[in-house]
Amino acid sequence: MRFSGLRVLKEGLTGNRGWKPHWRDPAPKQAYDIVIIGGGGHGLATAFYLAKEHGLRNVAVLEKGYFGGGNVGRNTTIVRANYFLPGNSEFYSHSLRLWEGLEQELNYNVMHSQRGLINLFHSDGQRDAFVRRGNAMINQGDDAELLDRDAVRRQLPYLDFDQARFPIHGGLLHRRGGTARHDAVAWGFARAASERGVDLIQNCEVTGIDVENGSVTGVQTSRGAIRARKVAIVTAGRSGQVAALAGLRLPIESHILQAFVTEGLKPVIDNVVSFGMGHFYISQSDKGGLVFGGDLDFYPSYAQRGNLPTKEHVMEAAMTLMPMIGKARVLRSWGGIMDMTPDGSPIIDRSDIGGLYLDCGWCYGGFKAVPGSGFALAHLLATDRPHESAVGLRLNRFRDGIGLMDEEGTGAQHNLH
Amino acid sequence: MRLTCPNCGERDLREFTYRGAALDRPEGAWSPAWDAYLHQRDNPAGASREHWWHGFGCSAFLVVERDTRTHDILSVSLASGGRQ
Ligand SMILES: Cc1cc2nc3c(=O)[nH]c(=O)nc-3n(C[C@H](O)[C@H](O)[C@H](O)COP(=O)(O)OP(=O)(O)OC[C@H]3O[C@@H](n4cnc5c(N)ncnc54)[C@H](O)[C@@H]3O)c2cc1C
Ligand SMILES: [Zn+2]
Repeated sequence: MRFSGLRVLKEGLTGNRGWKPHWRDPAPKQAYDIVIIGGGGHGLATAFYLAKEHGLRNVAVLEKGYFGGGNVGRNTTIVRANYFLPGNSEFYSHSLRLWEGLEQELNYNVMHSQRGLINLFHSDGQRDAFVRRGNAMINQGDDAELLDRDAVRRQLPYLDFDQARFPIHGGLLHRRGGTARHDAVAWGFARAASERGVDLIQNCEVTGIDVENGSVTGVQTSRGAIRARKVAIVTAGRSGQVAALAGLRLPIESHILQAFVTEGLKPVIDNVVSFGMGHFYISQSDKGGLVFGGDLDFYPSYAQRGNLPTKEHVMEAAMTLMPMIGKARVLRSWGGIMDMTPDGSPIIDRSDIGGLYLDCGWCYGGFKAVPGSGFALAHLLATDRPHESAVGLRLNRFRDGIGLMDEEGTGAQHNLH
Repeated sequence: MRLTCPNCGERDLREFTYRGAALDRPEGAWSPAWDAYLHQRDNPAGASREHWWHGFGCSAFLVVERDTRTHDILSVSLASGGRQ
């Protein structure tokens, strides 16, 4: 079933009776070439690119809940390629290029909107840091423009420019940055993977990973045992628990990140905007809600809800930067479990167990990475070599102290990112 | 979430800073034990042993046992074990 404008028109005129489920719902087979644990954005994208790029279709995605129920459906949907360090730069640059062709490739409207991202700066030091970052982005082949105070004021007249404590000196504009509809990304990849023959299995929790003579042979699940030649752990905040099923410890702590949405409003915030002097960033969804967030709560948690001090900080930062939003009423807030690494950068690599692969450590930035990560993990699974965009995302960089990607420059230690 | 500091009593989360998993520090020069100590984590979903610092209170380092699924605090003690 292909989606098109004509199709929407036809269905609209005939009572919308022709729509079919977007993906098949097969029972799990006894064996697959490749089993992907976790049906978030990354797991589903991996399945799609395995089928599309490598012709591998004897593949299953095992999801303990439903597709879109994890972080892929809980994030604030910012998509950008404004990283600074080698390793991250080329990876996120590649991912953004995949985003730019994604809707055509999936034949699915993921509402990818390149509405521009503006990171504000508030001091000379911050300006220098953003000039450097902008140059790194341009060197990587992406876009960056430095805006002075007047240019920011023309674009974002609603900011508090009279603020004496945190004066707005300018911003770094990344025009190709923007947002997307988060669960549509999961659904779009699921539908496209299913169409190409991958088995997508929901309500199927992996409860054991079978290892014989140092190599993986399959998994135990709530729906029975499944044999596999290769197994990939793609379970975001749950990476630690799932890796423990194979006896592995990972350089990951799971932390809580909160987000907030207001009642629907008329269009008022056109871009994605981030505050440089407090932890706050915001965009407006196509439905009209202001979607915003801040920093981690900074303690390990699997509760999927955070504590009040972080909410308070985010609201204070919001009011400091754009007092107008004080009139909007917050509708909901929620939390997601973030797989935090010591340097704040991700891992796509083999593990020490034969046939067992890891895709984790996405911290609070893994939504933009969904296509890039799926592409790179599929490449690694199919060829046993890292894709050129992901050679830096090594598991052992912490142990070796080589190739750390600490974007914030605070040190490659847990709890600093 | 509130923590009951052995010195100060029950206090608001804002007064405390999480300082990482409470692990035994290895001795001597670099070895895989240091990698395990610095980087690798059990990352438990359930009871967890952690260091917290009462920076906006008595400045003691605390060992907190906490359920990471529910925010329940199971125990709080002084990391020094009460030694001066
Ligand atoms: C509040 C918030 C805001 C964020 N904002 C942004 C943003 O603006 N931009 C950005 O780029 N990123 C953002 N992120 C990060 C991003 O959402 C995540 O990094 C990314 O979604 C993680 O990858 P995933 O989609 O595969 O994870 P998930 O959707 O969490 O997928 C993992 C899946 O594994 C499944 N699973 C776990 N254990 C098992 C098991 N034993 N067996 C079977 N299945 C299992 C889970 O049920 C889950 O569905 C944000 C996250 C949060 C919480
Ligand atoms: Zn105290």
